[in-house]
Amino acid sequence: MSIFGLAGRAVLSSAAGIGRAALLVRSVFFWSFKAKIEWRQAFIQAVRIGVDSLAVTMLTSFFTGMVLALQAGSTTKNLFNEPIYIGILVGFSMVKELGPVLTAIVVSGRAGAAIAAELGTMCVTEQIDALYTLGTNPARYLVIPRYIACLAMLPILTVFADFSGILGGFLVSVTRLDVPSTTYRQDILTFMTTSDFMHGFSKSFLFAFMIATVCCFKGLSTRGGAEGVGRTTTGAVVLCMVLTLVLDYFATAILVSLGI
Amino acid sequence: MIEISGLRKNFGPKQVLRGIDIAIAEGKTLCVVGGSGSGKSTFIKCIIRLLHPDGGAIKVDGQDITHMEDEYALAAVRRKFGYLFQEGALFDSISVWENVAFGLRYLSDEPPSRYREIAKQKLALVGLDNVCDLRPSELSGGMKKRVALARAIAAEPRYILYDEPTSGLDPIMSDIINDLILHLKRKLAVTSIVITHDMKSAFKIADEVAMLYEGNFIARCAPEEFRKSDNPFVHQFVEGSGEGPIKMKIRDLE
Ligand SMILES: Nc1ncnc2c1ncn2[C@@H]1O[C@H](COP(=O)(O)OP(=O)(O)OP(=O)(O)O)[C@@H](O)[C@H]1O
Ligand SMILES: [Mg+2]
Repeated sequence: MSIFGLAGRAVLSSAAGIGRAALLVRSVFFWSFKAKIEWRQAFIQAVRIGVDSLAVTMLTSFFTGMVLALQAGSTTKNLFNEPIYIGILVGFSMVKELGPVLTAIVVSGRAGAAIAAELGTMCVTEQIDALYTLGTNPARYLVIPRYIACLAMLPILTVFADFSGILGGFLVSVTRLDVPSTTYRQDILTFMTTSDFMHGFSKSFLFAFMIATVCCFKGLSTRGGAEGVGRTTTGAVVLCMVLTLVLDYFATAILVSLGI
Repeated sequence: MIEISGLRKNFGPKQVLRGIDIAIAEGKTLCVVGGSGSGKSTFIKCIIRLLHPDGGAIKVDGQDITHMEDEYALAAVRRKFGYLFQEGALFDSISVWENVAFGLRYLSDEPPSRYREIAKQKLALVGLDNVCDLRPSELSGGMKKRVALARAIAAEPRYILYDEPTSGLDPIMSDIINDLILHLKRKLAVTSIVITHDMKSAFKIADEVAMLYEGNFIARCAPEEFRKSDNPFVHQFVEGSGEGPIKMKIRDLE
């Protein structure tokens, strides 16, 4: 097949995928209004996402905060002969960008993969069909609870990530760069506003929505046995990570133009 | 009453169902037999729209569901049915009794406090006890099948579609399941379609036996007639003989 044929086929199949994902989102909205929400399932999922991802999220952002402080310290030392504005740099980077993005990436890799694999396995063993025969459906029993869980947990995890990143930066500033702890604190408290925090925080909802959509959709469209489940899972995680970064750019552009 | 006319279903180029016409009257049991891969499971999946038919019409209680797209209306039709999956399709993340009671929340008005008790009753009907708190992965193949059966009948549906209810069971247990199917039919006036390879069971429970071959029902009659049929295809199937007009695609043994 020619390269154009291959490219054309790839474009068509992704367009079809987006269309079917949109149908899934539609049916999620439909059933959220038409039927009782499965709060128990949502709670179970939320706990699972929290337990799965909290430690890793905090650890990664802690070290990210540390490395940011180190880099900022060495750069400002070169430029101004002393490490300044470390708090501002770490604080802004964590709260506006790295907190939500790192959290989304960790959650994609842990909870997202788990969602895709679980729904994928259910798909190839006819458990999804069984839901239809037992008076419910996958949107209602599986997907909506996972949306709720992601939308509830990702922002919370993001706040934890923000804090542990700032804490990591603080630790390095104070112990390695000899910045007085009050300076670091004052940097953050004077220059950062609620709207900076809201900037990152609101992005985390977008990421949550994206992760739930991608992982549920990929899981529910699994075909062909154990191999299919493997393909689904890696595909979902990679797509989530790429989309996190892509969406982050566009969301930032929009938020900046709105002045948030 | 289930009425099917001209039902067609293809998978890619493969024509699996090629214009099936059949009606199952209220309270009757239809047994569907036919070679492996002949499209029996496909047939009953079309009836509750787990698969979308490519042509023809399916009516349940006079309502045409062939192209029904409204998820809510379709769910209302599916509520009338119990469905036993060929591979069981038990939910492996919850225990056996939760599996059996799963549909009660959506399909019945029973209070949740009674779920476990009902699940126990249904499990007893299929000859299982002391399995309530196990996980499906801890069961044997035949036990899984019976749990799946208990789940399919738990909410007392009016229609039940059984995909090989007795496959993988020993002869005694098979007979107990046959009796259960008969009991449901007599007591609750259930209308059912039973797919089976087990001719003995077909003759015991069926009001009518139909044989699926190359996408159509080539024979459809009462069990006694079916047994004595002089249709060579049916005869070969009843006898279970390798010699005859039905050629399974296997290389000839030299
Ligand atoms: N999802 C699918 N995609 C493609 N082909 C399929 C699919 N499901 C079934 N088929 C094909 O349709 C045909 C009929 O399958 P079906 O499962 O209905 O057979 P069956 O009569 O139930 O067989 P068995 O007695 O072995 O269960 C088979 O040839 C199978 O390969
Ligand atoms: Mg089958």
